Amino acid sequence: MSVDEVLVMPDLRGHFGKFGGRFVPEALMAALDELDDAFRKAMVDPSFLAQLHDLQVNYTGRPSPITHAKRFSEHAGGATVLLKREDLNHTGSHKINNVLGQGLLTQRMGKTRVIAETGAGQHGVATATVAALLGLECVVYMGEEDTKRQALNVARMKLLGATVIPVTSGSKTLKDAINEAMRDWVANVQDTHYMLGTVAGPAPFPEMVRDFHRIIGDESREQMLERFGRLPDVVAACVGGGSNAIGIFTAFIPDSDVRLLGLEAGGDGIETGRHASTIVGGAVGVLHGARSYIMQDDDGQTIESHSISAGLDYPSVGPEHAYLADIGRAEYRSITDVQAMNAFKLLCETEGIIPAIETAHALAGALEIGKELGKDAIILVNCSGRGDKDVETAAKWFDMNP
Amino acid sequence: MSLLHEVFARAKSENRAALIAYLPAGYPTADGAVECIAAMVAGGVDIVEIGFPYSDPVMDGPTIQEAVNISLVGGTKSATVIETVKRVSELGVPTLVMSYWNPIERYGLESFATDFHAAGGAGVITPDLTPEEADDWIAATDEQDVERVFLVALSSSDERISKVASVTTGFVYAGAVMGVTGARASLSDAIEGLVTKVRRHTELPVAVGLGVSTPEQAHEIAQYADGVIVGSAFVTAIANGGPQAAKALAQALSQGLSR
Ligand SMILES: Cc1ncc(COP(=O)(O)O)c(C=O)c1O
Repeated sequence: MSVDEVLVMPDLRGHFGKFGGRFVPEALMAALDELDDAFRKAMVDPSFLAQLHDLQVNYTGRPSPITHAKRFSEHAGGATVLLKREDLNHTGSHKINNVLGQGLLTQRMGKTRVIAETGAGQHGVATATVAALLGLECVVYMGEEDTKRQALNVARMKLLGATVIPVTSGSKTLKDAINEAMRDWVANVQDTHYMLGTVAGPAPFPEMVRDFHRIIGDESREQMLERFGRLPDVVAACVGGGSNAIGIFTAFIPDSDVRLLGLEAGGDGIETGRHASTIVGGAVGVLHGARSYIMQDDDGQTIESHSISAGLDYPSVGPEHAYLADIGRAEYRSITDVQAMNAFKLLCETEGIIPAIETAHALAGALEIGKELGKDAIILVNCSGRGDKDVETAAKWFDMNP
Repeated sequence: MSLLHEVFARAKSENRAALIAYLPAGYPTADGAVECIAAMVAGGVDIVEIGFPYSDPVMDGPTIQEAVNISLVGGTKSATVIETVKRVSELGVPTLVMSYWNPIERYGLESFATDFHAAGGAGVITPDLTPEEADDWIAATDEQDVERVFLVALSSSDERISKVASVTTGFVYAGAVMGVTGARASLSDAIEGLVTKVRRHTELPVAVGLGVSTPEQAHEIAQYADGVIVGSAFVTAIANGGPQAAKALAQALSQGLSR
């Protein structure tokens, strides 16, 4: 597989090699075709691109800076750890990049209502934010379990005028929130756009969400050359559905010397079965409209995932990651809850930055690979979000409550 | 002619629509499902759809979600589904499986088609398999003489209806509502138009399902469709009154099917 072929992925039917595609009820096909059409037209329409760019700069605050994490680097075998600061975006994570794009598309399609699923609540907050900005009605589905561990974000969404619906079916987490959002979408597709929050789901979502996030990598690549005069040796990011990772990877895919490292949530450890590492510990299957690596039993029933991080607690992964793993262009590893929480605390104490627990998985990966590569290596980590929402979880974990 | 098509032809000659009933395998138990289906067949059900219980039923409303959950918690496996197909086809009714795609893909397409055929199954309904992704499934089902049923929706364009019809062999399943399964008080007037559009693309029977629950609705649909599909209403009947209630519902529905 040449790099050029990787670049033209997906094919016209949304396949990344054998992954991706569309496995959805016929009732959704018209809406997906409509979305596909609106997306393709928008991406070559100078007025859409100008509108999006204006919001990225003047609303989100892009470009996000790269911070040299000097003291943190000392714990990474002396390698240089750089942070792409998506946590500094308005709303506190990378998720805003995608929803600005999809929000503008919603308006172009003449739809007045948006729905979203959310795990950590960051995508829900971003969606509620953009809905407020653009005057759209907003309903967010969130697993009941997640509404508890991310209570701050539930309050934020409500303040922004969104309706938050706790989902009580199945594992009461992100996967079930997606099920419920899809049920809503089928019933209300005429006036409703489903703002899927990651690079999963049926085509065109994986491609579209990637293209709205690729600005992370595009900026990073330029910033690296400008400030450091070279590309990083490794680009590392956490992988739930995979949007922040694909966002920072995409610009570097043609740079075959740059290692792309995705960090999946290892929960209690792969060997315990209580994890959310779909590429490292799953098998090929179909979930939520696409073929990818998923966590399933012998009968094809989805196995519930486990992670301390609500945003990574998902038993599938975007199909492009499955593909990049298969062709060996990107490498995926698993980070346990313990590793992630140690890295979380380390970043707090060495850099004065409280990261999201999702992001802490990428930081733990950077510590690990830094020790492997030594002090000449430059590791660029996607600092996908800030950790305000996780303060409660962390205080409990570290026994800090009075 | 396949047994499935014979049953549609017989209903047509009797100037009525065929009654198609859905029940998940393993609901309320593995044996209980077969017992209920036997009662439903005695009550007038012509064709049976056995649901393959799945952990993430995105196209189902609360009634079937709950039934599927009971089935899975009760230990239903893919082998249970095949065994249920075997026992139901022995009743002499055309028996189909309705399954989300992943359980079939996990089982293996060829193995599933082979085992399903060996169990006496007539056809498989795959509501989240789009024709675009179905090449391997078409090959596997052709090989084993298993009928394929795909769905059309109220939102389907002519172009899509034509595509769906071209890969379907059993009957075309016309979704009566834009939404998940579950009883609806009223159904859209647009269904008849959808059925008419489908007929322009195929000679195959067209059956209408999703949301249909009452004899009145069945009667209305029977005027223009070849089959009426009822699912959630049977699940609810069984939850409230077991096999007797399921039989009574089948009788009431089948009385509404004449033209
Ligand atoms: C800060 C942050 N990072 C990462 C993720 C994981 O999502 P993805 O893998 O799509 O980037 C989330 C999801 O909620 C998040 O909030």
